[in-house]
Amino acid sequence: MSDKTTSSNKSLLNDAGTRALIFQIVLLAAVVFVGYYLFSNLQANRADQGISTGFAFLNQPAGFPVLIHLIEYTEADTYGRAFFVALINTVVISLMGIVLATIIGVVMGLARLSNNWLVARLATVYVETLRNIPLLLQMFFWYFAVLAALPIPKNSIVFADFFLNKRGIYSPNPMIQDGFGFVVAGFVLSIVASIALVVWAKKRQTKTGLWFPAYWASLGMIVVITFLALAASGFPIEFDLPQKSRFNVTGGMVLPPEFVAVLVALSTYTGAFIAEIVRAGILSVNWGQTEAARSLGLRDSLTQRLIVLPQALRVIIPPLTSQFLNLAKNSSLGAAIAYPELVAVVMGTTLNQTGQAVESIGLCMLVYGTLSLTISLFMNWYNKKMSLTER
Amino acid sequence: MAIEFKPSPSLPPPVNSVGAVAWVRQNLLSSPLNIFLTLFSFYVLYLLVPPVIEWGILTATFEGASKADCTGGGACWAFIGVYFEQFMYGLYPSEETWRINLALILLVVLIGTFAVKTVNKLFLSIGILIIYPVIAYFLFAGGVFGLEVVETSLWGGLFLTTLIGVVGIVASFPLGILLALGRQSNMPIAKSICIVFIETVRAVPLITILFMASVMIPLFLPEGMNFNKLLRVLIGITLFSSAYMAEVIRGGLQAIPKGQYEAADSMGLNYWQSMILVILPQALKLVIPGIVNTFIGLFKDTTLVYIVGMFDLLGRVQAATHDSSWLGTTIEGYAFAGFVFWAACFGMSRYSMRIERKLETGHKRN
Repeated sequence: MSDKTTSSNKSLLNDAGTRALIFQIVLLAAVVFVGYYLFSNLQANRADQGISTGFAFLNQPAGFPVLIHLIEYTEADTYGRAFFVALINTVVISLMGIVLATIIGVVMGLARLSNNWLVARLATVYVETLRNIPLLLQMFFWYFAVLAALPIPKNSIVFADFFLNKRGIYSPNPMIQDGFGFVVAGFVLSIVASIALVVWAKKRQTKTGLWFPAYWASLGMIVVITFLALAASGFPIEFDLPQKSRFNVTGGMVLPPEFVAVLVALSTYTGAFIAEIVRAGILSVNWGQTEAARSLGLRDSLTQRLIVLPQALRVIIPPLTSQFLNLAKNSSLGAAIAYPELVAVVMGTTLNQTGQAVESIGLCMLVYGTLSLTISLFMNWYNKKMSLTER
Repeated sequence: MAIEFKPSPSLPPPVNSVGAVAWVRQNLLSSPLNIFLTLFSFYVLYLLVPPVIEWGILTATFEGASKADCTGGGACWAFIGVYFEQFMYGLYPSEETWRINLALILLVVLIGTFAVKTVNKLFLSIGILIIYPVIAYFLFAGGVFGLEVVETSLWGGLFLTTLIGVVGIVASFPLGILLALGRQSNMPIAKSICIVFIETVRAVPLITILFMASVMIPLFLPEGMNFNKLLRVLIGITLFSSAYMAEVIRGGLQAIPKGQYEAADSMGLNYWQSMILVILPQALKLVIPGIVNTFIGLFKDTTLVYIVGMFDLLGRVQAATHDSSWLGTTIEGYAFAGFVFWAACFGMSRYSMRIERKLETGHKRN
């Protein structure tokens, strides 16, 4: 046996394992060499152009304004703080976009499956239009065509206490007064009680088969308890209402047009993709399942909630995760219409002022990488929770 | 004696279950909720359709040389007419645009010859993938056979959009296959390099890659060696979409049953033979929808080059709407660009469905 395998015509070069090893060593050497070559060029170029290295610039004053900031920020603050402001802007718009896009997507996906012919057609037109037009174009459309066409503040469109004009959407701003802690306590308490109720209902159902509408009951409980707490403490919220002055609208909470444009474009665009995912997920559930549920005497709403939806979710969640990731990454297009998110602040202004391209771009990539990883970790956890448990 | 059984002719279906009335009752008015939805849809249509038709067609101006000619109160399509050449070719000199058209016609003819049965498809593919790009490059850039040199900074409009899209698609495809094979291989080092590349690229937005291509690549190159911005952007886009392509193809590779790999091995095929002859054809066919989706995504993403200062179709439209003599034509510009992109992407997705049906070899479970 051993004679054959070590016989002369089987040289080392003909052995698949050895060849793979050689190939990999060459590949690794090439990667290392290219990396070293690029790095040494970088060092030389930076020395030539007098660009400093390292992250010390983050402590220097930035000297540029960031128009939308949720935490305190002035021009005298550091690059590090500007970066942090931009990071918050990115996270906020991504999370709000994800929530809105999911709602739009579910509604549109169900609408495409509606047995109302007209509704299904309208939803199809929505999906096929929005997902075949570049997101950047849609953002430009909302920003430069729609929002820019709104009237000047003097002639704002008024809707209850909301004002709509070129400078954005003005809405009442809730101002917290003394005694609000009581309301928070009531809210937290009601949530704890709801969780207990759901757990109890589930246990009882497993034991006795009796069903209790725990979710509706919890919802009612949260609303009632929070409202009672509000009333008991004498409604400790006051709304700062926007006021129309002669040339402007003052007070209230302002959603700047940049923010609105990015949010609307991101959520309607991603919503179109989510609609298709939802539709495919529901179609993937065998019709026999619905028939079986009906033959058990389940109502249509229960059939959907207990039989179809859990099975559809298994098909929906993985592609839904990628849509959420796409949305978070696409928020970077806000840079094109001056929404101050990471790319605009760090890779735009900071990079231009300091010239530290490698650090700025590296920082941005790191943040997006972390953001993506967080979303996908969360969604994978949810996926595992929802996935088929086979015995 | 024998009574002949004569079935009487079938009765027609009840009137209220056939015809237009029944259709309306079933599809629009079957329940209170349905009636409400129908009314709601009509309201939405009423809000959207009449104003759009009035603005876009009835009161629109189709011809004219300046904004002053647009007096109808509706859309000013004359704007598109005046800027049409810029939207198509960017700032490419107008007496040289025949070169772009010629290259396009040549490509269409070459692809058309695929339909001719007697032509050797292998040679034709080589011609399209290797010889044609060289010809096209010299046609576009000039500098040979007395063709005037046209700097790439003048390239723009739909021409640039298409160029970036096609180059990105064609170049990322083989790279994506290699990355996917690398990720699936059992060589640890090659595998990890592929995984790191794919995951890093997929975790960051395309804009960061484009910024890297336009700002960072020059820093990494030795003194004096610098290459064209268009080329850098093309490299960035190709690397970006190859990572996505790799994941799509990996999905196909994973879906091939192990028996196929074993069968290829048992035939004595080596790695590349078994991949090219047995595995990849099946895997690629499985993932056609995914591949086309990546292509469509890439085509839409070409608009991002505007952010690093290049003027593709959207960039040109954006620049034109800022022309002071045409102020207020923003919506017309976006409508035009939107329609062009929509037609291209929608067409691509429909075409892919056709290919899918054509390649269907009938192993459907029934």
